[in-house]
Amino acid sequence: MMFVLALSAYLTGSFGYLGYLIFHQELYHKVGQCFFVLGLAVHTFFLVSGFISSGVMPVENLRATLSFASWAIAVIYLAFNVRYRLMILGAFVAPLVCAIMVLSSLFSGTTTVEPELLKGIWTVVHITAIFLGDGAFVLAACVGIIYLMQERAIKKKHHGFLFRRLPSLEVLDRMGYACVAFGFPMLTFGMIAGFIFAQSVWGRWWNWDPKEVWSVVTWLFYAALIHERLTVGWRGKRAAVMAIIGLVVIIITFGVNFFLMGHHTQFTKF
Amino acid sequence: MEIVLVGLNHKTAPVGIRECFAFDALEAEEGLRALGLLPELAEIVLISTCNRVEVVASCQEPDQAVTAIKEFLSRTKNMPLEQFEENLFVHKGDEAVQHVFRVAASLDSMVLGEPQILGQMKESFRKATTVKTTGAVLNRLMHRCFMTAKRVRKETGIGDHAVSISYAAVELARKIFGELSEKKVLLIGAGEMAELAVEHLLTHRASGVFVANRTFERAVSLAQRFQGTPIRFSEIEEYLKIADIIISSTGAPGYVLEKKDVKKVLRARKNRPLFFIDIAVPRDIDPDINDLSNNFVYDIDDLQGVIDRNLDERQKEAVRAERIVDENVITFRKWLEGLDIVPTIVSLQQKLEAIRQAEMAKTLAYIPNLDANGRDAIDRLTQSIINKVMHDPILFLKAGGHREKQKKDILGFARDMFNLNNSEDGGCSPHKE
Repeated sequence: MMFVLALSAYLTGSFGYLGYLIFHQELYHKVGQCFFVLGLAVHTFFLVSGFISSGVMPVENLRATLSFASWAIAVIYLAFNVRYRLMILGAFVAPLVCAIMVLSSLFSGTTTVEPELLKGIWTVVHITAIFLGDGAFVLAACVGIIYLMQERAIKKKHHGFLFRRLPSLEVLDRMGYACVAFGFPMLTFGMIAGFIFAQSVWGRWWNWDPKEVWSVVTWLFYAALIHERLTVGWRGKRAAVMAIIGLVVIIITFGVNFFLMGHHTQFTKF
Repeated sequence: MEIVLVGLNHKTAPVGIRECFAFDALEAEEGLRALGLLPELAEIVLISTCNRVEVVASCQEPDQAVTAIKEFLSRTKNMPLEQFEENLFVHKGDEAVQHVFRVAASLDSMVLGEPQILGQMKESFRKATTVKTTGAVLNRLMHRCFMTAKRVRKETGIGDHAVSISYAAVELARKIFGELSEKKVLLIGAGEMAELAVEHLLTHRASGVFVANRTFERAVSLAQRFQGTPIRFSEIEEYLKIADIIISSTGAPGYVLEKKDVKKVLRARKNRPLFFIDIAVPRDIDPDINDLSNNFVYDIDDLQGVIDRNLDERQKEAVRAERIVDENVITFRKWLEGLDIVPTIVSLQQKLEAIRQAEMAKTLAYIPNLDANGRDAIDRLTQSIINKVMHDPILFLKAGGHREKQKKDILGFARDMFNLNNSEDGGCSPHKE
């Protein structure tokens, strides 16, 4: 019920943002923003109340995991947009959030995971930090896509519908980097929490679980991205392309347990 | 009350005629005074810019007013009417109102959507109010026209997007860099358009200018003008590391900057974007630089292409603007029509009040020892009789017919019935009150 309410608010918000994209009138953006915030509030309430009553992090199956992922993206989007005020971004992010929500509702909510595994401070930190970090990376990829569209318009000297509406390259570039710069420490922190948790439950820091391996790949990828930017100046188009490739790596990390078994498998089971 | 407009503009008259009729500030005031003396015209506003001379007036008899204005123009500018009559346009009623609104909204401008005209019209109106040639009708008309123009500007994109080379360059720079406040400009060569672009960039808070020229003296004098730094031609490559926006306008036969020159500095720049604006013909900047990542090159044709598209865009927005204008023309017409009813009612009230006062005076003369209370009572009595009797006729007049003809008939009938047209206080025009 709450899920449907949140989803419909997100959907209305998406239409508001899209309306802003098309008609370029601030009213649409305001309406979209209101509904999107409302959707997030309901979604948050839904997640928190579930957590309080059961004490279990809401990632016990694929349905819950996807819903949590969309929540993380929504939170990150709103937080970053307070600073960067890219009014156009909502038209890209809100539909994505909706799509993930809809996708999550397609899966049944059968749980095979031991609920005890999802309790305790280290799990909470591990999961929250990683999801927020990944949310920031997803946002970076969205910004990257917009960057590429705008860059193409300027390069090709074809100033169409989107050119007039999209923000400047520099703002997009800076925001993309800010997302990565936020996501990376979150990911690092979340992984450390995960190691500590693994040590406390299984007595081993490292288990060669495929998701663990791919997390390290993700971590190395973004570490390289940040390093190159700071030293050589990977910015602009290349940074945008890398942010989009980063999203692919994240999706692989997220979905790797569909193919390879490991102790993260249950969370993505459907 | 009718509005008429007589004038000429860049569409109807060649510049040779337009310059003969231009009124400078002083002439405009004298002209307004002279127009104010004409009995055919009730209120006058005179608009004179380099592209148009127009006289807007309110009057009772449009045809006579138009003739009077034409004669005025011929007299003050010493030109026989036959010589310029075909260049004049005449609008009456709604058409005149629409024309004024369209001019203020910059729909009638040479460059569609240019913003200066509104200021010029405000100035014309201000002048007319100081000379006191305006009244209720034209005050209202002008205020509505300023409102309409503002709405058009706010709700349509008619003023959006640059339509000059230098502004187009600034707009592009802002699409690449966002804020220009920490960006530096490098001007290579000189030229009107290039210098204008630098000026626009500086007003958008670009943080510094370097000026390079084949002759260093020229660079020094230009740099002084922009409070920038003059550099030698051979130093350009070095300054590519610092500058963000390069404007080039030299007479050089070949490329001043080639792809390999720019490639060398990319690493030192840490790939920060570079925007090249090439205004020179033949071109100064190797167009292949555009293929380098984070480097953007626009030559004069590219910029012209941007402008053409922007003008098309404005043209599209103009359709929406016309709708807003038409809407406001209708609102104004309704107000003007309402104005005809009000003076009728006012003169009716004045006539009855005069009768009441006269009859009261007569009656009170018969009863000299009436105390104050008694006088009050009679006063109130007569007043309320009049109010009661007037009530239905006034409602009837206000309701009027909805069709113009019917409304005028009713008004005319009422005026005849109460003999308002011939009495002293009847038939007065609202603007002379």
